[in-house]
Amino acid sequence: MKNLILHHFPGGIHPRDEKSLTEHLPIEDAPIPSRVFIPISQHIGAPAEPLVKPGDNVTVGDKIAEARGFVSANIHASVTGIVRSIKPYPNATGRKATAIEIETRGDNQTFTPEKERKDALSLPPQTLIPFIREAGIVGMGGATFPTHVKLSPPENKPIHTLIINGVECEPFLTADHRLMLEFTPEILEGIQYLRHVLGCNFTYMAIESNKPDAIDLMDQASRGRKIHVISLPMRYPQGAEKQLIKTIVGKEVPSGGLPMDVGAVVQNVGSTFAIYEAIRWGKPLIERVTTVTGRGITTPKNLRIRIGTPVKDILELCGGWRESPGKLILGGPMMGMNQYDDSIPVTKGTSGILLLPSEDVGPYHPHTCIRCGKCVTVCPMGLLPNYLGVFSEHARFTDAERYNLLDCIECGSCTFSCPAKRPLVQLIRYAKGEVLRRRKKAAAK
Amino acid sequence: MNDPLILSSSPHINSRETIPSLMLHVCLALLPAILIGIYSFGLDALWIILVSIVFSLLFEAATQKLMKRPLSILDGSALVTAILLALNLPPTIPLWMVIIGAFFAIVIGKQVYGGLGHNPFNPALVGRVVLLISFPAQMTRWAFPSHPIFSRAAADALSGATPLGWVKTHLMSHGQLPSVLPFNLQQLFLGQSGGCIGEISALALLIGGIYLTWKKIIPWVIPLAFIGTTFFITSLFWLISPGHFINPLYHLFSGGLFLGAIFMATDLVTTPVTRAGMILFGIGCGVLTAVIRLFGGYPEGVSFAILLMNAVTPLLDRWTRPKIFGEVRKS
Repeated sequence: MKNLILHHFPGGIHPRDEKSLTEHLPIEDAPIPSRVFIPISQHIGAPAEPLVKPGDNVTVGDKIAEARGFVSANIHASVTGIVRSIKPYPNATGRKATAIEIETRGDNQTFTPEKERKDALSLPPQTLIPFIREAGIVGMGGATFPTHVKLSPPENKPIHTLIINGVECEPFLTADHRLMLEFTPEILEGIQYLRHVLGCNFTYMAIESNKPDAIDLMDQASRGRKIHVISLPMRYPQGAEKQLIKTIVGKEVPSGGLPMDVGAVVQNVGSTFAIYEAIRWGKPLIERVTTVTGRGITTPKNLRIRIGTPVKDILELCGGWRESPGKLILGGPMMGMNQYDDSIPVTKGTSGILLLPSEDVGPYHPHTCIRCGKCVTVCPMGLLPNYLGVFSEHARFTDAERYNLLDCIECGSCTFSCPAKRPLVQLIRYAKGEVLRRRKKAAAK
Repeated sequence: MNDPLILSSSPHINSRETIPSLMLHVCLALLPAILIGIYSFGLDALWIILVSIVFSLLFEAATQKLMKRPLSILDGSALVTAILLALNLPPTIPLWMVIIGAFFAIVIGKQVYGGLGHNPFNPALVGRVVLLISFPAQMTRWAFPSHPIFSRAAADALSGATPLGWVKTHLMSHGQLPSVLPFNLQQLFLGQSGGCIGEISALALLIGGIYLTWKKIIPWVIPLAFIGTTFFITSLFWLISPGHFINPLYHLFSGGLFLGAIFMATDLVTTPVTRAGMILFGIGCGVLTAVIRLFGGYPEGVSFAILLMNAVTPLLDRWTRPKIFGEVRKS
């Protein structure tokens, strides 16, 4: 392991990591669902354009929707069967979004590669990007930014550092941890492809210190390959892109800028594994590893789930609610999205399915701010969440903007720490929505 | 699924810290000072503390009822105010004055502004300063700690004033310091001198301060900046003219400096939220305290210093906004 001087990002919190529920459970394949609902927008950017119509037969791995524009991603059939409908369907965002419904038919449910590509590292770097783009890979840590875009920086922004993000700082989640343990060589191969594409000098694999087994394994396996495995002290949100870059590279991504502005690219472990599958086997992103966990679920598991599988099916597989239902969350407890309906599908960004029993989840009665300043101390972006919250409550959006509202990464550290139980992230999100709406309106004039 | 799911914005987990838990820790931290106060001044001190608590809670409940606000006397904030007010009063004060102090602290100092979180000034200090200005004689009449370890000789020498008050009077009448000061530093540190109920033992207050710092409830920068600045300025004058200015350590351990710096300059509501703001706040308090003590009409300046700095807290917050992550400097 390389001894590296780690740089300090401001703030941060130490929630209990709760990973013992699933960290020792090997990844299992979830059974093929009888029906999948595959949203045509599972990524940041334009929704994909459906290529199929109801009644069409599709085979697992077929492209069923085509990326529209550069910042967009292809969508593939995750099962073999018949397209039943293309219509609005409940979605993790809380709204309905167009999804392609496929009814599963037949036994041929495993993706069969046409050929194995062994010579990828001897191909010109730029020729690998279309494989990634074709496979519809997006950032699988939850941000779902199309990966091929990240790997195509403009000429004037040279990339010198690649960071593989195995931090998994969200409590409860262990999907990346299990991937690193069970698919170590595959992930290393994915890293080599990424490095080949970017032509960068430095490659780091960042893992939080609560995963010593993964750190050891990755370190041993990467020896002699110029990949520096780094154990990072536990502090949420260590795995947030900007904070991770600061810790390792020592540079701050400028406000409103992108990692490429400081010469860095960050890739999640899950995405790296998907890149390996896409380049080596031509396999599109049709399934992902997701942690099903929380004190609310009967049998926690780490599952490989086909994209589009209804969450309801997964909950049944894991024995359903163990205690009286409280919250159903897609993602982790700090940034995950709360759901009101368990028929929503698992998508490319679903890193976890978290069930919290009702006695664990409030209700909280927010008090007025007592100005204790805890939120200021923990904010990893150096903001004043207390003031942003008050500005939002009083509709003082211009003031909020002046206090760098839009720099908030919504990590939730402020709300977590607030003794007055103020919903600061919610207030900030509301204000952000208003500010962006006003900007749009002003631009339209 | 029959049970409805709960919906809210992220994050979905919270730290266990609440306003009552914060207040409880402050009360715990004040316990050593309370015990030393009762030990030193006996039942008088206990009655003052109890009357302050009962009437503060009563006034809080009555005001909230009158203003049709939700009752919140159990959040512990009025309890902390009540204890701090009592600890800031001399043990000889008549109980009816304590009630007036509690009224001004809770009703005028806090509830008229909108309750906890909205008050610009430290409520306990509002109560104390109203009493100090209204009843200067009673507020500066001191009893001596009557416990056995107290030295009687020192008490006779003091003839009814606090160490700082005595020094000030002597300076005014004689133009220079006495050859022997009424208490030695060890007596001051342990709490064997005259003064308000809660301020006499620097040691007891320090223990409370260390506890609160360890629990991360108060920022240690404020007390450090406050006490450090007072020490620095009083040292400067002492070095220039030791005949006219007392030993800076004497300043440190006497009067309300530790009580104020540890428990009142760190009041969450009325002090800055930014780190730099906190440091400036502490330095400001230290400068004002030293100036009042050395050159003012009052022997003690901690309360006035903190209240004056409370007034500039919003400005300090505005001037000291932290550098944001990835800040782009506009050229």
